Amino acid sequence: MQEIRNYSLNFGPQHPAAHGVLRLVLEMEGEVVQRADPHVGLLHRGTEKLAESKPFNQSIGYMDRLDYVSMMCNEHAYVMAIENLLGIQVPERALWIRTMFDEITRILNHLMWVGANGLDLGAMAVMLYAFREREELMDCYEAVSGARMHAAYYRPGGVYRDLPDQMPQYKETPWHKGKELKRLNAWREGSMLDFLDAFCDDFPQRVDEYETLLTENRIWKQRTVGIGVVSQEQALAWGMTGHMLRSTGIAWDVRKKQPYAKYAEVDFDIPVGTAGDCYDRYLIKVAEMRESARIIKQCVAKLRTLEGPVMIRDFKIGPPSREEMKTDMEALIHHFKLFTEGYVVPEGETYAAVEAPKGEFGCYLVSDGANKPFRVKLRAPGFAHLSSMDEVVRGHMLSDVVAMIGTYDLVFGEVDR
Amino acid sequence: MAEPENTLAQRLQARFGDRIVECIEHTYAHAHGEVTLVVAPDRLLEVARVLRDEPEFGFEQLTDLCGIDYLGYGQVEWDTEDATSEGYSRGVEGLGPGRFDWDSRPRPDRQAKRFASVVHLLSIRNNQRLRLRTYAGDDALPVIPSLVDVWPGVNWFEREAFDLFGIVYEGHPDLRRILTDYGFVGHPFRKDFPLIGNVEVRYDAEQERVIYQPVTIEPRVLVPRVLRQDSRREQAEAEIANAAAGK
Repeated sequence: MQEIRNYSLNFGPQHPAAHGVLRLVLEMEGEVVQRADPHVGLLHRGTEKLAESKPFNQSIGYMDRLDYVSMMCNEHAYVMAIENLLGIQVPERALWIRTMFDEITRILNHLMWVGANGLDLGAMAVMLYAFREREELMDCYEAVSGARMHAAYYRPGGVYRDLPDQMPQYKETPWHKGKELKRLNAWREGSMLDFLDAFCDDFPQRVDEYETLLTENRIWKQRTVGIGVVSQEQALAWGMTGHMLRSTGIAWDVRKKQPYAKYAEVDFDIPVGTAGDCYDRYLIKVAEMRESARIIKQCVAKLRTLEGPVMIRDFKIGPPSREEMKTDMEALIHHFKLFTEGYVVPEGETYAAVEAPKGEFGCYLVSDGANKPFRVKLRAPGFAHLSSMDEVVRGHMLSDVVAMIGTYDLVFGEVDR
Repeated sequence: MAEPENTLAQRLQARFGDRIVECIEHTYAHAHGEVTLVVAPDRLLEVARVLRDEPEFGFEQLTDLCGIDYLGYGQVEWDTEDATSEGYSRGVEGLGPGRFDWDSRPRPDRQAKRFASVVHLLSIRNNQRLRLRTYAGDDALPVIPSLVDVWPGVNWFEREAFDLFGIVYEGHPDLRRILTDYGFVGHPFRKDFPLIGNVEVRYDAEQERVIYQPVTIEPRVLVPRVLRQDSRREQAEAEIANAAAGK
């Protein structure tokens, strides 16, 4: 009798379905996975160590680069941790803006996910549809912060600046002119709030379009229904959060259970699954996009009437305005001291968690009373999810591993930090 | 569920008594309180099982585990007390990360309980969180029992803390490096590991392969003056206190 051995298969780190730089060593018996050993860390940049060598507010930019498709949610956890230790109250308007941008970020992330996951499993067109709407929302990022992705918009004590009065418009180019230009700028006549209002009215129909492509698609269902089933016990034991936990039927959402920013004052539902498979997780993500649009609409309505500052009026923490700096020596000194030395954060430790689009993103911050953090630990949802890979994909076919990597919603910026 | 009469910290204190080292209740402005439980390594597993299994606590999920190196905690790196005509001194102690290379790394003569492993627990049932800290007894070889039998999801988190801090988790089934390069030497998140690292990688055209060599960049002071006391804030606080006393 000939001896038959399992063979090892190297999946990634250059594989297009590896979502970046995942190296997966699979032990295969035929086409069935016997053991999966994910090798991570190829994108490790030592974000936490870098943050420990810099004043508090100079690390916000690093947070954008962790999970680089849900930038502002990462910032939110970090600034909330600093605010806890400083013991400061953030102005109302800033909290509403944060709530709104957290949800914009959620839609951005879910669009990327539905497009990329579709691409992984052989649905080409969804990506093109999803990126059409992503473009609109990235324009909102750009309008408030000047950057399309790495915004550094949330600051301890509020947000960097107030919403713009005028939404930026497309200019005439040889490719966009006449009727086409008018169509592109139709929503952009007024303020950013008008733009978002129009977007949220239109968005549910756009989600219907994605659903037309996928929800009843026979190939999509064959690739996702009953694949990667996670039980409630498994989900709890493996530290799963977000859509992974909710797909098993546990209605846990940090926004609802331990509300931060203004989530206690907006009306939204938590979609949960029943089967805990990849298809349920897809349905949850789609439903969450609709919920996010609902929340954005409520925030827009609130922000239209709510006046006030968006940054705490304490020059030790937030910078003075440009106008003040031009005329007031004291303000100029404050500005210089704030951006070179930062501020002293009282000794203590705190853990601040937000419901990021991928699950619970937390920031554990230890301060020893200096103007830089002593220890920053970033709890990335993807890291916990990926650690369950071996247990979940064992006994699945090779092609289901791809479906599973897709459904985890992995971004290696946050897994490897 | 009806609100229990005692706070979580009180219930923990009552349940564990002298089996825990310390139970700290933090008072921060935000709504959900924070509690830290400090446990000795030999009691860790016992306490963890109680926390998971007893419905009063019900911490069925482990959110996060992180290592901490307390070397240099609260120490002053910059001499900010006196200034000369040329201004403040620059990095007199030179202990902060980024200001030394490997040969001149700080070697503390005595640092009680340098390494700690901090676990964040979440009870979905009772909607509460808990922080559980364990200091490793020996600084040269920090050993802490592994929680992998209690919460299997801690597996990679413990690998990460081992990789970055060199904390050995006793009973861990697969304690390999996870985030650093294959064949990496040292534990990069320790406070005595230089920010610039020890080796750099480049492609060598002559040997036609990627080679490792000692770092060629100089350690630099990238960090502005590190403050411990902020006289501005102290003054503001003193003024508030005076105003309150005057009333």
